[in-house]
Amino acid sequence: MVSYIKISLSAGRQGVTRVGIDKKIVKSVAFLSRIELDEKELEIYSRQLASIVSYINKLKEIDTKTVPPTSHPMAALKNVFRKDILKKSLELDDVLKNAPSKEGDSFKVPQIIECK
Amino acid sequence: MQEPYLLTAHELQAKIGKDEISPSKILESLFKRIGDLDKRIKAFVRLNEECILKIPENKKGKLYGIPVLVKDNICVKDEETTCGSKILKGFKPPYDATVIKRLKDEGAIPIGKANMDEFAFGSSCETSCYGPTKNPWDLERIPGGSSGGSAAAIASDETILALGSDTGGSIRQPASLCGVVGLKPTYGRVSRYGLIAFASSLDQIGPITKDVQDAALMMNTIAGYDEMDSTSVDIAVPDYTRSLTKDIKGLRIGVPKEYFIEGIDKEVESSVKKAVFLLKDLGATIVEISLPHTQYAVSTYYIVAPAEASSNLARFDGVQYGFRFENASDLIDMYIKTRSKGFGNEAKRRILLGTYCLSTGYYDAYYLKAQKVRTKIKEDFDNAFKNCDCIITPTSPTAAFKIGEKMDDPLSMYLSDIFTISANLAGIPAISIPCGFTKGNLPIGLQILAKPFDEETLFRAAYTFEQSTGFHRENPKL
Repeated sequence: MVSYIKISLSAGRQGVTRVGIDKKIVKSVAFLSRIELDEKELEIYSRQLASIVSYINKLKEIDTKTVPPTSHPMAALKNVFRKDILKKSLELDDVLKNAPSKEGDSFKVPQIIECK
Repeated sequence: MQEPYLLTAHELQAKIGKDEISPSKILESLFKRIGDLDKRIKAFVRLNEECILKIPENKKGKLYGIPVLVKDNICVKDEETTCGSKILKGFKPPYDATVIKRLKDEGAIPIGKANMDEFAFGSSCETSCYGPTKNPWDLERIPGGSSGGSAAAIASDETILALGSDTGGSIRQPASLCGVVGLKPTYGRVSRYGLIAFASSLDQIGPITKDVQDAALMMNTIAGYDEMDSTSVDIAVPDYTRSLTKDIKGLRIGVPKEYFIEGIDKEVESSVKKAVFLLKDLGATIVEISLPHTQYAVSTYYIVAPAEASSNLARFDGVQYGFRFENASDLIDMYIKTRSKGFGNEAKRRILLGTYCLSTGYYDAYYLKAQKVRTKIKEDFDNAFKNCDCIITPTSPTAAFKIGEKMDDPLSMYLSDIFTISANLAGIPAISIPCGFTKGNLPIGLQILAKPFDEETLFRAAYTFEQSTGFHRENPKL
């Protein structure tokens, strides 16, 4: 994993070279996301993401040491449980009908394990 | 007689009740309108003309015979639902979203799917794989987004009611730019079951309509607890039409000083200020309030929303539904090729940004930090609502911009959401209603925000303003 690089706010919106998200990082993030970028796309996304990241760095101005995070707007809502009762779910045929490829009761995908 | 397509749902309801018109006559009138206009507007991605053969029998339904256009990210059983993306091409959901089930149970008729930014990523409807929808007020301009198709169809009288979804302003901003009414309910008020997820802690489904009364009617049907969405909240749903009283005496309206900022269009600013004076004349008390963390809302949102989106969109991998790249060398290659060819540019940009904010070494600096600032933004509203009952702001800093104008500058596109995204971060309800026009005859929208689960105050204030002005009765020349 690439190490954290300090981001210069002064690089501003057009900042390309001196901000903390560069081609190397974008390439690694793209692989994590299972997305392939060609050289030209890599160039464009790196530039655009650098400008976005330099903007969102504005948050560093706020002291949040003692602030709890909000992951969800309904603070009162804790774990929601339902009664453990068996219910009918969707028909298997209905669920499988959208699959690009299927066999019997299963989704079919390219081979995972090599056989020799 | 006036063409049925020009009428609102409540006007049609009255006519249906007196047997002056039938649902099939309404549909015929709409289909003709759509046939005449939609080649130019492109609000529809699919029109389901067969719905005329299946008019519901339930004449007692609250929305019997009323046509509804559905945003393309809401599942309608057996009808193609693609989120405006190539990666979901051909997907026909095996079930109805809860909102669709409720609308059908009350006799409403889904007539087709509305165009949208791909996976609701956008403020202009330009990122759709079907190409952009046009603003009915000026066909060279964007209708707003992401629910641009729904708003444009309401503005051009191509549907009677429409459903949108709102993650950072996607109902309110297009409603504002198209001169119609759009409501984002409180988080948890409307079930998200069957809404294809963008950012699960921000998304809400809501109505886009010709007037405030129609929005209240629609909320009466779609709001309420649903066991299929564990974030929906079990609080009784009031009859929202009872809030349509045209009386705001004693209502305390907050005006945040941070919302009239540099960069806001002068005509927008003066329209909204005029609206505030009018509400004061109508009996409201105006209170200056402060939402000090407003300037951090866009940054917070563009961490939280892409982070959640990158996780939600992991499911699109060519296995269960939609597009799959054939001839991949192995499974990982199939995932990569499917996603690279299936997703459009903005979807890729958000997935990359979200994955970056969540990845090792960056999580604390971005995602966790944004969640903490989200707390501050929520506290701003809690504090403000100690001194007022609702808050008024512009919906969008400018009127509709030109198609293509912001496509190469994603950050400037993101900044157009500045007034709408705080409501999603805080989970509070907000409505956009028409409040005037620019000199170039483009609609301007007014946003009203209220406390969680207080949609009634929104309806009361919005209805009073609407009935005292009449901007909602203006129609684009088409």
